[in-house]
Amino acid sequence: MGKTQYWKGLDELSNSPEFVQKAENEFAEQLPLEDFLGDNNLAQNNGTNRRDFLKFLGFSVTAASLAACETPVNKALPYVVRPEEITPGVANWYASTYFDGNDYSAILVKTREGRPIKIEGNELSKVSMGGTNARIQASILSLYDSSRLTGPTANETPVTWAISDKEIINKLTAISAKGGNIRILSSTIISPSTKSVLSDFTAKYPTTKLVTYDAVSYAGITSANELTFGKAVIPSYNFAEAEVVVSIAADFLANWLSPMEYARQYAALRRVSKSHAKMSKHFHFESNLSLTGANSDEREPIKVSEQGKVAVNLYNAVAKLTGRSALSSSALACDATIANAAKELVENKGKSLVIAGSNDTNVQLIVNGINQLLENYGKTIDIENPSNLHQGNDASFAELVNEMNAGKIDAVIYYNTNPVYTAPASLKFADAMKKVKLNISFADRSDETSRYANYIFPDHHYLESWNDFNPRKGHYSLSQPTISPLFAQPRNEGTRQAQESLLLWAGISTDYHKYIQNVWSATVFPMQGKYMMFAEFWNNSLHDGAIEVATGEEKVLAENSKDDKKKETKKKEDKKEEAKVVAKVDLGAVAQKVNSVKGGTFELALYEKVAIGNGNQANNPWLQELPDPITKITWDNYVTMSPADMEGKYLLMKRQDREASVVNVTVNGVTVKLPVVPQPGQAKGTVGIALGYGRDRAGLLSTQVGVVGQNVFPFIGVENGTLNYGSLDVKIEAANETIEIAGTQVHHTMMGREIVRVTSLEDYKKDPTAGNHPEMLHTNSGAVNPNTIDLWNEHDKLGHRWGMTIDLNSCIGCGSCVVSCTAENNVAVVGKKMVMNTREMHWLRIDRYYSTNWPSEVAEAREKASEKGVGIKDMYMDMENPAVENPKVVFQPIMCQHCNHAPCETVCPVLATNHSSDGLNAMAYNRCVGTRYCANNCPFKVRRFNWFNYNGNSDFKFNPTQDDLGRMVLNPDVVVRSRGVMEKCSMCVQRIQAGKLEAKKAERKLVDGDIKLACAQACPTNAIVFGDLNDDNSAIAQLRKTDERNYFILEEIGIKPTVSYLTKVRNCELEVPEKTEVKTAEKA
Amino acid sequence: MHAESEIREPLILGNKTYHQISEDIVRPIEGKATKQWYMLLTLATICFLWGIGCLAYTIGTGIGVWGSNNGVDWAWDITNFVWWIGIGHAGTLISAVLLLFRQKWRMAINRSAEAMTIFAVMCAAIFVVLHTGRPWLDYWLFPLPNQFGSLWVNFNSPLLWDVFAVSTYFSVSLVFWYTGLVPDFAMIRDRAVKPFSKKLYSLLSVGWGGSARHWSRFEEVSLVLAGLSTPLVFSVHSIVSMDFATSVVPGWHTTIFPPYFVAGAVFSGFAMVLTLLLIMRKVYRLENYITVKHIEYMNIIIIVTGSIVGVAYLTELFISWYSGVEYEQYAFLNRATGPYWWAYAAMMTCNVVSPQVFWFKKLRTNFAFTFVMSIVVNIGMWFERFVIIVPTLCRTFIPSTWNMYHPTFIDVGIFTGTIGMFFTFFLLFTRYFPVIAQAELKSIVKSSGQEHKEKAKHHHAH
Repeated sequence: MGKTQYWKGLDELSNSPEFVQKAENEFAEQLPLEDFLGDNNLAQNNGTNRRDFLKFLGFSVTAASLAACETPVNKALPYVVRPEEITPGVANWYASTYFDGNDYSAILVKTREGRPIKIEGNELSKVSMGGTNARIQASILSLYDSSRLTGPTANETPVTWAISDKEIINKLTAISAKGGNIRILSSTIISPSTKSVLSDFTAKYPTTKLVTYDAVSYAGITSANELTFGKAVIPSYNFAEAEVVVSIAADFLANWLSPMEYARQYAALRRVSKSHAKMSKHFHFESNLSLTGANSDEREPIKVSEQGKVAVNLYNAVAKLTGRSALSSSALACDATIANAAKELVENKGKSLVIAGSNDTNVQLIVNGINQLLENYGKTIDIENPSNLHQGNDASFAELVNEMNAGKIDAVIYYNTNPVYTAPASLKFADAMKKVKLNISFADRSDETSRYANYIFPDHHYLESWNDFNPRKGHYSLSQPTISPLFAQPRNEGTRQAQESLLLWAGISTDYHKYIQNVWSATVFPMQGKYMMFAEFWNNSLHDGAIEVATGEEKVLAENSKDDKKKETKKKEDKKEEAKVVAKVDLGAVAQKVNSVKGGTFELALYEKVAIGNGNQANNPWLQELPDPITKITWDNYVTMSPADMEGKYLLMKRQDREASVVNVTVNGVTVKLPVVPQPGQAKGTVGIALGYGRDRAGLLSTQVGVVGQNVFPFIGVENGTLNYGSLDVKIEAANETIEIAGTQVHHTMMGREIVRVTSLEDYKKDPTAGNHPEMLHTNSGAVNPNTIDLWNEHDKLGHRWGMTIDLNSCIGCGSCVVSCTAENNVAVVGKKMVMNTREMHWLRIDRYYSTNWPSEVAEAREKASEKGVGIKDMYMDMENPAVENPKVVFQPIMCQHCNHAPCETVCPVLATNHSSDGLNAMAYNRCVGTRYCANNCPFKVRRFNWFNYNGNSDFKFNPTQDDLGRMVLNPDVVVRSRGVMEKCSMCVQRIQAGKLEAKKAERKLVDGDIKLACAQACPTNAIVFGDLNDDNSAIAQLRKTDERNYFILEEIGIKPTVSYLTKVRNCELEVPEKTEVKTAEKA
Repeated sequence: MHAESEIREPLILGNKTYHQISEDIVRPIEGKATKQWYMLLTLATICFLWGIGCLAYTIGTGIGVWGSNNGVDWAWDITNFVWWIGIGHAGTLISAVLLLFRQKWRMAINRSAEAMTIFAVMCAAIFVVLHTGRPWLDYWLFPLPNQFGSLWVNFNSPLLWDVFAVSTYFSVSLVFWYTGLVPDFAMIRDRAVKPFSKKLYSLLSVGWGGSARHWSRFEEVSLVLAGLSTPLVFSVHSIVSMDFATSVVPGWHTTIFPPYFVAGAVFSGFAMVLTLLLIMRKVYRLENYITVKHIEYMNIIIIVTGSIVGVAYLTELFISWYSGVEYEQYAFLNRATGPYWWAYAAMMTCNVVSPQVFWFKKLRTNFAFTFVMSIVVNIGMWFERFVIIVPTLCRTFIPSTWNMYHPTFIDVGIFTGTIGMFFTFFLLFTRYFPVIAQAELKSIVKSSGQEHKEKAKHHHAH
């Protein structure tokens, strides 16, 4: 048998004897062992002597003990069975819904490794239209709130579900057996399933009644509509069709009814371009300078007592123009503007909208009358498809309190409400509560109300629960758990969905998820005709989050697509018939009542802030640190007062410092001590105070930083059966002390610098570049655009080149982008003291400027300086003083401008800040030594320095990163910055990378719109455009090329910013004095 | 006709012999320290320790304990840095520039002026090293090879130039100072009787033998070092000024800064030399060495540099107006009339107005008055740096970012601490080091030959 031979070398093949001998040795070559061992020196020292022994002993003991020292072990355990949908490092998105009894929004929840970390708007919803506000953005942090209860409590001591359920069932059965009254006190419920649960509960305990009470009530609108149309509803308003909007103290861009929806609709009509040089006209009458007032074209400061009178006078002005009879009226200072508004309204009959923020039925009746005169019903106001939000009934709430006081109520169940905190002082709710034997609360924490409750059965956070919503007739949405309940057995007793508790007590054991499906298959499913199978319908609804179904005889609406709009408008035209008036309201009598209102010396208008709202998220540090859009003050509420009034009272009005006088404000016998802030635009004789502050049991925040602000809910009056958010008799006394308040902006005017460029619609029509003239540099070869002169080499324009443009016309200054950025980029919360020292960390801030006779004030001041001999110093002082009476307001979001010739980059000694190849100014945190030179050299002052270790220093306990639970909100894609490091807007580089990666995986080119930055996504008005400047077809490249409004701030200093802005266009007269015009002409 | 030029006043008074000079200079070292010295040292050390405490707190907690904020990112830290660096300049100027110009009067003052330079630069270093957010990473500012390959420092950044400028300046000054000290240490060594001090000073004098060869090398080295130091006098503060001048910040972005900073540095440095010398000559009875002539000369330098600084201030104002740039105009208006107008006023009064009184001979030769003025000038120069930094950063391009700066307790503590450190070191220096370059000084004992003439006259008469 032949065996194939393989040989290693010729030696082996020849198999010489030498080779054979060699091959027998293990080592073919001689090892130099002898040389080594033969070394005499070595041989002499070869033996291990005593000293060596001790050395080795010492070494091994040290080594052993060092090895025994425990180094912190961070376990990263892989899943034993990988969950199907979780891939580490890849985000999952779930459609859900935010509704807290007040704000409604269909949302998408971003989860990473099973935990929700970010909330974004769901564009599929026709109600919230993809909009989110600051509170909704911040609600993600409220999920990880350590102040939440981890299990049920009875009289403040933890109990088990099993035992307490038994107790409750016994007690409720006993009460209902003897015919005792059970009440469920809740804020607005828009969930069909919850309503069904309540009816099941009522079936079991027939003496149960639901009382709906909203902290901030719109009952006035409901009751006015009941009187006018026989329907106690809140209509749907369509701002997208309203060419003229007159708002009497309705803050519809920030808080009124459905602000995100209105903001988006409103902004659509405010968008101008060369081809579409048209925008809506917005008149605003109010006492406080609200966000909406700040965005209006014509604003009139009025006293609180004048709100109704303005409505009456407007009615009369409209009636006069439409040939109807007038009501009795009284003359007002703002009658000229009213006449103006009436003229515009009548010209836009059926394309206009008059709204009022007052909760007084009479005022709302007059407003209904005006809208009827203007034939707005069925066009801009839809009473047939009403909104289900804000169903609060003030009268029934007051009645409940009376009954409780009378001892007629045996049990009250509190759901999603905090009446001890929010009810007017006159109702003395806490006392009434004590007269009820059984108080059961579903609050997630031991708050002001539930502390008095016998039982607290903590509800799930909305991100942990199933629910359904019906915000408007025909519109449904779902919420689904995006994380399993944080507090669950075995570690904690756990939270439980309130609806499940109610079902359980009603003796129904279906879980709520199944229950909702049952409700939907019985009610919602039949209303649609798109899906044959319920399972399919359910899955698609859950996937989309928000759906629309037929509201009556009409067929199903097609899916969301752009050509939908046409269909919709067509539909609206079809059902043009005006809402039927059931009872002729005697407007004359109403007007008389309105006119009989007598004003006081000082009147108070309560308002909600964009960040804190009604205070239900007062424990959220992101919201506390979000500056108010107007005052720019954080971590406090305060009295806003007209500077003229303050001067009269000798109150402190320093502009450059944080010190504020304190006053005692007394309303209806309740006194509250608050700092007072000069507020240009505040109507003389009025003050404004924000609700939602002063929560002493909001959670840990109040123990960490103290109670934030003062509670002014007790100031609410009860008049004609509705809650009244204004008071006409306020006493204000100086408390002769001062306090420090934390504002992020202490200088309020632009000082004649063209930071925000503004023009009027008239001028814009004539010349699209109006208001946007580039700064020219005078050289020996004439005036040159500074952009053409360059010391540096141009950057390569390979690949992508990211850019951002912000339309100042669309930006309403609401601040949801700021919170969105905070959540996305793990921005630290620094607290009041640090804000006071200008150390807030927000990567994105919104600057707010006041201007007097915009934009001529500067010209005027200069003229004054040159002609009347006023010194240059006084000229600047003039500029520093914002107009007291009624300033124009502009907002400007500012983040890192990603300058192409960035001044920060050249000065960093260690190259920690660099230009990326795709045009971004990048920060390498690890390389940063913290010389802060870059921040000094940043013209925009957008760089933020970590002065302390905000993640470990015990002075900053409120920072989410310092809490085990709070840390879960951190975005794992973004590093948490340490002490001594500079940070700033990265243009969400992690999102850019993720978008690029997606495209790469799909083997396609990146498409414009693939990447959405956190700020742009959160913007309810789509004011922020982001994209690739190198892609000629991108929206941003087009815009840069074609829009004459495009400008860069400070481009004259040669920094070549990447972020640009679009000139703000106002639909009102430019107030340029003639003289100045002549002067500029001469100059030219 | 026999014409004879007027005899110059001698630079050393009191007809000192070589031995007397040695005695006078070595007295504080060999003798016992006075009570005053101990009191001053205690006070200075307390301040120094206090500063160390504040620094430790800063390093432990973060520079948030200072008053700086996200707008005014530099404040007292850099103000103090520039102030101390400026003070250092006089020492180098006296030892190097005046040496090259053969100004012999410098010999009585150069030693202590140089010591002042060294200590001032050390104080400055404290600020520049510890003002960073993560001072333990400061070594990244040096172009060190590292495992990241191409990771290098940014040679465009003036802060990096600063690192080179200040470290070069410090090392050259130190070497120059020490070289000068060698023969004097040898003199002390030769006189020393106690074994410890003998050993110490012989170590310090590195084998100085006083041979002609030694002297020749000494002279050569001095000249070379003087040549090296002279450009440094101008470069260091020019580069420090470029931290500001190369930025885009209105009020900083000016080409006038380098010369004006150098003038200001010399100005404040001479003031500090005066402060120190006027105390020293009294305490160590050096009236014969540090004479009214020295004081007068230095005061003249103060008028000159003070006037240069004054012209620079006015030029800045003029240029800001002439430039027509809104931001520049406002920056300077704000300095003068804004919320920190008092700092500007203090700067103008102390730096521009007050030195002009030295046009009066009576005042510039008055010791007490000069002493007061020297302190006034340094207060003014501190305010100059404060005015350049804080009010400027408070109000830059975007009005919404305008804010205020308030120093904290720690800011004050650290500054006080560096003053304490400076005086602690200086007091120790006066006690253990020869405060006057006696070896050099001995070369000018007989500057006039008047003595011999008189002797000859006397001889003829017989």
